[in-house]
Amino acid sequence: MGTVPSALKHCLSYQHLLKEQLWIGEPAAPPPAVPHPGQEFQASGLPEYIKIVEVGPRDGLQNEKVLVPTDIKIELINRLSRTGLPAIEVTSFVSSKWVPQMADHKEVMRGIERHPGVQYPVLTPNLQGFRSAIAAGATEVSVFGAASESFSKMNINCSIEESIEKFEEVAKSARNMNIPVRGYVSCALGCPYEGNIIPTKVAEVSKRLYSMGCYEISLGDTIGVGTPGSMKRMLEAVMKEIPLSALAVHCHDTYGQALANILTAIQMGVAVVDSSVAGLGGCPYAKGATGNVATEDVIYMLNGLGINTGVNLYTVMEAGNFICTALNKKTNSKVAQASFNTGTIN
Amino acid sequence: SVVPTQVKINLINMLSETGLPVVEATSFVSPKWVPQMADHTEVMQGITKFPGVSYPVLTPNLRGFQAAVAAGAEEVSIFGAASELFTKKNINCSIEESLERFGEVMAAARAASIPVRGYVSCVLGCPYEGKISAAKVAEVAKKMYSMGCYEISLGDTIGVGTPGSMKEMLAAVAKEVPVGALAVHCHDTYGQALANILVALQMGVSVVDASVAGLGGCPYARGASGNVATEDLVYMLNGLGVHTGVDLQKLMDTGTFICNALNRRTN
Repeated sequence: MGTVPSALKHCLSYQHLLKEQLWIGEPAAPPPAVPHPGQEFQASGLPEYIKIVEVGPRDGLQNEKVLVPTDIKIELINRLSRTGLPAIEVTSFVSSKWVPQMADHKEVMRGIERHPGVQYPVLTPNLQGFRSAIAAGATEVSVFGAASESFSKMNINCSIEESIEKFEEVAKSARNMNIPVRGYVSCALGCPYEGNIIPTKVAEVSKRLYSMGCYEISLGDTIGVGTPGSMKRMLEAVMKEIPLSALAVHCHDTYGQALANILTAIQMGVAVVDSSVAGLGGCPYAKGATGNVATEDVIYMLNGLGINTGVNLYTVMEAGNFICTALNKKTNSKVAQASFNTGTIN
Repeated sequence: SVVPTQVKINLINMLSETGLPVVEATSFVSPKWVPQMADHTEVMQGITKFPGVSYPVLTPNLRGFQAAVAAGAEEVSIFGAASELFTKKNINCSIEESLERFGEVMAAARAASIPVRGYVSCVLGCPYEGKISAAKVAEVAKKMYSMGCYEISLGDTIGVGTPGSMKEMLAAVAKEVPVGALAVHCHDTYGQALANILVALQMGVSVVDASVAGLGGCPYARGASGNVATEDLVYMLNGLGVHTGVDLQKLMDTGTFICNALNRRTN
């Protein structure tokens, strides 16, 4: 680029720039009372409102190297509750033998503040986990399927079909207790073992989860290999089986494609996006690579598109700053990086 | 720290082998202002010019242009901005005055049959002025195109743009400059680059600037990233089935080379 000016100190502060660029202020509308707002679209064809599901405390922390103390987790979740985020994935009721990072699931569930209008889903891989979650006060649960047989086998040691059967037990109990269930489909755009995943397989697994009663299906690009091309093809296949309003995307940024993939999804009408504060959670399949897309970066993009999320970007950045300081790590959010010169808020 | 001339030459030669059609080699600007480009003549004369690859160089004024041509340059670039304050801080004159200076370069280039590429900085935001109107970008782009630039590269200099502002800006510019003559130069300071590039592609833009390994931080935000990484861009375009002619593996190897030479991690 041209000559670098010497008068950098005369620059507008980034906070000033952010305020101008991002319509930061009070959220335009309170979070909707129902989990799924109707699909209101702007003139641009994009949804007017996008629900952000914050997975940092679960998916994020589960994939960080450091074991986080319970009180830090609770503090993080409480801070996130004050940002306007409508849904925060709290923890996972899975055996601590498999996922030691989530061993304190009961304490976390019982310890967090429950803000009105905010959902606090938890992972429940089976009936035992479900019961434990309910006993600890959970009011929404999630089940995790995969579009890849190999991944299913390696991850939870059973076939897709067997895993679906387990989830059906959970879904049945959940239905009896009026507990909503969210379904995840991993490896929607590629598998670390099988490579390419065909869109119709993703559609098939999604349909099974939806039919058993999952109110929403989150399609996960688990290893971040997807691009706008494969995202489009996959969504086209899934949209034949599942109503648009029940779809969410869970993109990983391992290859830097997440925001472009999310943009593609929302251009196709998807109005629910999963993300992780500060981009917490590396990729267990690619050492040193990034994992979850950063909530801050997603909100920045959505704000710039004039899409309402109800979320205050500043407070999310503050929560991200808190957890990164606690974990002694750098944020994975570019927005946060650009905004904080020294890692603390100016 | 300044990169040794031989490393720069090696980098450019490696990039030439990846299939990239254009590699911006250096800048013929006074070393007083940009010491990192002080070896412009040696670099220009030292690189291997691959057939079918263009090697444009920056030429901020007539003197730089003449030095560039003497060193063997066959294409040059000029840098304008959509922000008065940015122009004042950067080159100490108004936008109008900067375009007059470029007029001299254009005349000389035309006489020598040398193509000129025009850059417009701050198209989606300015570190001094903040918001930049799309109409202003269109105005500057149009002027540069009318002066004879064959292509206008629209730069999101501080990376603040989003698909929303990109769309609005391009819609305004495309009214004044044919979309076939437009390029986008997105910075990834806020992680928005690929999403912004995707929108540009959707609007018909087919020229994209990028930097191997995402070289080049942001001088306005310490620690922040700058240029979008060519590897990430090619990955996306491959996934979209868009042809680039670039070998991603060779590109990644080139990125590894320069990062090792600079003792830094890739972006």
